[in-house]
Amino acid sequence: MAETISTHASHDEHHDPSFIWKYVFSTDHKMIAKQYMFTGMAMGLIGAFMAYAFRMQLAFPGMDVPLFGLVTPAVYNSLVTNHGTIMIFWVAMPVLIAAFGNFLIPLMLGCDDMVFPRINMLSYWIFLLSAVVLLTSFFVPGGAFGGAWTAYPPLSAKAEYSLTPLGSSIWVVAVGLEFIAFLLGGINFVTTAMNSRAPGMRLYDIPIVVWMIVIASILFMASVGPLLAGAAMLFMDQQVGTAFFDPNKGGDPILWQHLFWFFGHPEVYVVLLPALGITADVICTFSRKKLFAYRTVLMTTFATGVLSFTVWAHHQFVAGIDPRMANIFTITTLLISVPIAELCFVYIATLYGGSISLTTPMLWALSFIATFLIGGVTGIFLGASGADIYMHDTYFVLAHFHYTFYPIAIIGTFAGFTYWFPKMFGKMMDERLGKIHFWGSIIPFNAIFIPLFYLGVAGQHRRIFDFSNYPELATPEMQAIRIFATVSLLVMLAFQFVFFYNCIKSWMSKEKAPDNPWKANTLEWVAPTPPPHGNFKELPTVYRGPYEFSHPDRDEDYWPQNEPA
Amino acid sequence: MRPIANTRSVSGVPTARLAVWWVIASEIVIFGGILMSYLMHRLAHGLWADYASHTTTWVGALNTFVLLTSSLSAVLAHKCAVNGDGPGAAKRLLITAAGGLIFVVVKSFEWTYEISHGYTITTNTFWSFYYTAAGLHALHVIAGVVIMLIVAAAAKKGRDLHRVEIIGIYWHFVDLVWIFLFPLLYIAK
Amino acid sequence: MSEHAHPNYWKVYWWLLLLLAISIAGPELGIQWVTLITAFGIAIVKAYMVARNFMHVSIEPRFVTYMLVTMLVFMLLFFMAVAPDVMKETGSNWVKPAWIQENLAYEAGEIGDGAGH
Repeated sequence: MAETISTHASHDEHHDPSFIWKYVFSTDHKMIAKQYMFTGMAMGLIGAFMAYAFRMQLAFPGMDVPLFGLVTPAVYNSLVTNHGTIMIFWVAMPVLIAAFGNFLIPLMLGCDDMVFPRINMLSYWIFLLSAVVLLTSFFVPGGAFGGAWTAYPPLSAKAEYSLTPLGSSIWVVAVGLEFIAFLLGGINFVTTAMNSRAPGMRLYDIPIVVWMIVIASILFMASVGPLLAGAAMLFMDQQVGTAFFDPNKGGDPILWQHLFWFFGHPEVYVVLLPALGITADVICTFSRKKLFAYRTVLMTTFATGVLSFTVWAHHQFVAGIDPRMANIFTITTLLISVPIAELCFVYIATLYGGSISLTTPMLWALSFIATFLIGGVTGIFLGASGADIYMHDTYFVLAHFHYTFYPIAIIGTFAGFTYWFPKMFGKMMDERLGKIHFWGSIIPFNAIFIPLFYLGVAGQHRRIFDFSNYPELATPEMQAIRIFATVSLLVMLAFQFVFFYNCIKSWMSKEKAPDNPWKANTLEWVAPTPPPHGNFKELPTVYRGPYEFSHPDRDEDYWPQNEPA
Repeated sequence: MRPIANTRSVSGVPTARLAVWWVIASEIVIFGGILMSYLMHRLAHGLWADYASHTTTWVGALNTFVLLTSSLSAVLAHKCAVNGDGPGAAKRLLITAAGGLIFVVVKSFEWTYEISHGYTITTNTFWSFYYTAAGLHALHVIAGVVIMLIVAAAAKKGRDLHRVEIIGIYWHFVDLVWIFLFPLLYIAK
Repeated sequence: MSEHAHPNYWKVYWWLLLLLAISIAGPELGIQWVTLITAFGIAIVKAYMVARNFMHVSIEPRFVTYMLVTMLVFMLLFFMAVAPDVMKETGSNWVKPAWIQENLAYEAGEIGDGAGH
């Protein structure tokens, strides 16, 4: 049953909207995607600047940081707190889920927009508001919240401990608003994916990146509730004087930890899945091969999603939880490494025997697999409660989660951004600049964090602003490693200018990109480049799966989904 | 304004209704989070039963009655909407909204009474949970009333009648949460 | 709008009110298991009736029920994993001083309305 509707003729005929309605208050999913992308990247710059400041303090303690000033203990705490908070909630989530999700889902499913365009717009504005609210916390008396992104009470609940009476509450409100924005957005994504697929598109014809973003949205919706409740309770503790988490007045601080991590652990899979999805699409296109085991990937992802709800207390092994619970969580945590490892094997099997082109997106995708594997393997040490007793709160944990988050938020983003830039902006990116940016990011990244594993095993605690008070950690060798890591960070930050130059140069270039420069199969490449309002001249019908590369019956090595048999 | 995407329904459930089920799903874990936390404390402390005995059970019961009745009018509004009777649906939605407002008014009298008798949000952790959980619920009641009035205004003119069912489902959920809040917070023994 | 047979909504409503009355009367007897069944058991029954008859969960595709039940299961999981920590007054290297004091005072009948346990 073919739906031969052409988009604009059937509903409102409208003339070209004014600047405000086209670029600011747009309900077009592609514009909203770009809004999320730019806001996320801008927040990424702020988060990176914070990393610069605190790493300079760690390498050269007590010295004025150029372009920043002196990093006092309170300032250090708010820098590390907000670096983490911003990177997870205001960079990884908006870019991976909201930006790519908004842009890709309607295009890849062959429809003209999200099912609720106005709610989509509302979700962006609530998100932007949450970002602004968070940034105001830096300008209030007392300064920004410094109690770590995990905000454990009583440090986060009592102003006498946190010393940031306003900043703490502003932080809670900002995070709460961000959650509401993503709940609204997530409902849009899931409903669109469930209901609006092109005719002929069976469940197994959906590109993996769409599946991943949708499952991530479901995970988010199912896990954020307890933390929203907890945030309300924390806010009450901070402002009203309740004692939900105050053990001196009948509360329980471990309750906060559980409420936080019940969400906090699924959250890492919420950001991981879209990155995995982007990687899958990119490696299929650039190895000219079908995804090795599509249905297995799906089942594995469902299993990971469910399992992700059963592992959270591995963040609390040394917090004093019941040891019997610690045993159970050790088992579930070690179990969850299996499906993720399997996904990595599936990707490698997809590459095997393929016709590999090492374009910039492909380089990013391949490095995702390599670096994420390191992150995953080091997680095993932390997932075993016995080893975690030593490693908890050391730089080993920090290096582990940067070896997972950086691949997710940075490598995954650049893989997707360089891959879909032609479709989003209508121009090709410069391959040479792209490769320079890639190597200039990946090598320094490893140079920053591999040494941090060693520092962690040597006993270096997290969240300490100056190690000179710890003689066993203030050895010249360890300080030399800190300096090395900081210098590597400076190199990496410098290379990001190459990326921005590439973006601007490409965007301003006169040469238009072709509709399907990578010769891929999925429906977004069928739409004009860049897609107009309404996306397709005629909404497509789908006849096959998304990864029909190198099919024996075809001369061409790709077979678009919408081409009739 | 409705894109074609909005009119498809591959899952078998019309788009708006599918979306509201996801809203309900996410709300279950929000209320679940705070109620499970409350339940753990309540079960661990015999003392909390004594604290709970100072809530006014008959007022809670009255509010339960109000919400159940408003749920009835909401589903009768849906029946009208299904039969194409826009004004009938609007009228019943207004009754539902009135029920929501009565709920909030009764609650504000109840809270005023309790606060003036020294049971404030900081009196002890039982009362902290009481006000926070019921307050979160009341916020959802108010939000529901606002949306309901908007839907009713359109329904009266015969427009967007499918939204009557949607706001109805949300309202029934709000009623459901109260069905559990009532015994949890008010029944003391 | 889906064409479906409407249950008798008024009949469901009167049953709900009857159940409400029982759930208030039951705890008045003061017997714990009676309270549990009437207050909470009936809450579950009422919730089921509202979901089935008013929200029409029964005529939706199965996945809607699975979705909602899964959320409830997650809440149960949350309770089971967190209760061992939150419901105790001492644990691995920690104590809750306020709880301990409160419980002692309650047992001694100094606070609360009843005479402690």
